[in-house]
Amino acid sequence: MSWAWLHRLGSPKWFYGRFKAWPKPLFCLACLCLMVAMVWGLAIAPPDYQQGNSFRIIYIHVPAAILAQSCYFAMGMAGVVYLVWQIKMSPIFLQAVAPFGALMAFIALVTGSIWGKPTWGTWWVWDARLTSVLVLLFLYMGVIAVQSALEERSLADKTAAVVSVVGLLNLPIIKYSVEWWNTLHQGATFSITEPPSMPMAMWLPLLFAVIGLYLLSAAVILWRMQTEIMRREARTQWLKQEVLSDGV
Amino acid sequence: MHAVRRKRLLFIVLIVSLLASALGLVLYALQQNINLFYSPAQIAAGEAPLETTIRAGGMVEKGSLARQPDSLTLAFNVTDFQHSLRIEYTGILPDLFREGQGVVALGKLRGDGVFEASEVLAKHDEKYMPPEVTDALKSRQMSSESSY
Repeated sequence: MSWAWLHRLGSPKWFYGRFKAWPKPLFCLACLCLMVAMVWGLAIAPPDYQQGNSFRIIYIHVPAAILAQSCYFAMGMAGVVYLVWQIKMSPIFLQAVAPFGALMAFIALVTGSIWGKPTWGTWWVWDARLTSVLVLLFLYMGVIAVQSALEERSLADKTAAVVSVVGLLNLPIIKYSVEWWNTLHQGATFSITEPPSMPMAMWLPLLFAVIGLYLLSAAVILWRMQTEIMRREARTQWLKQEVLSDGV
Repeated sequence: MHAVRRKRLLFIVLIVSLLASALGLVLYALQQNINLFYSPAQIAAGEAPLETTIRAGGMVEKGSLARQPDSLTLAFNVTDFQHSLRIEYTGILPDLFREGQGVVALGKLRGDGVFEASEVLAKHDEKYMPPEVTDALKSRQMSSESSY
């Protein structure tokens, strides 16, 4: 099997040139999707028969929680790729994705507790789902801390990759926490194999919000990766030429 | 794949699977501590300690809620449809507290088998519905009941 494509993707120069123009249109598309989702979800979608309007926080909570886990999965995979193939781009990706993922986990926790107060009657309980998502946030913070605390670049990259790979074990725990143990958090409303326990007028705006947030994450991560490439490759000839030809 | 990289990949897979099994064993051993609450069946089987602060949870049994007219004290049964547990509580219930809904109560199990709660939380299920749908469901249910 040929791994040439992976090596090309691993070249900062090739990556920079290839994706230079992508973030802006992705960002615009993401804003459009999110705007549709927010107006539709927060104003037009019907209220829930029990929770009334407070259920609408689902349009922020669920997409943020999904993104927090997806970002971690991507980060862990980048960690594996770095540890095995030592490709230059993977720590750059890792560094770009960690703060975004941490923000998503934080938003999921905050919106969850805002919803929990009126619905459950408490801001926080130490049930398996809430605790494992808190651990996810700490893992993100650990990766960020390791990346910025260690002076030597290759050591920092390697340690962050190890942390992110080990942390992958938390993902199945988050997903199945509501099935393996008694928790206050309810089970999943959505699954691939079964129809959603929610009418279409409610889940369609949620779908827009999830797609919009994925697009936003792509835009933000690409932007951050470009910045990081410029920082790491600051001394190279190709980047000097690139910047000069941009007329900056 | 280059031999060195294959070795590194195998090493990572080995380490991660070792960690996964260690973690799995730990979580399995701590299962009772990770469970947020005892179910009525576990309490009926005597698994829950007496006079210790624990959580108990289940569905509020239909028609079991009894309020005292002159105070905030109330009592209800929670059930898992096999066993049921009497819960006594003084205080304000969450908005979502309803008969037929799941709840989780924090408190102590007394020797006489009644659970004295100091906090009651509502457990929401994963189903969401607009009010018109439930109205329609209710009216259909009522019309079918009235046809008996």
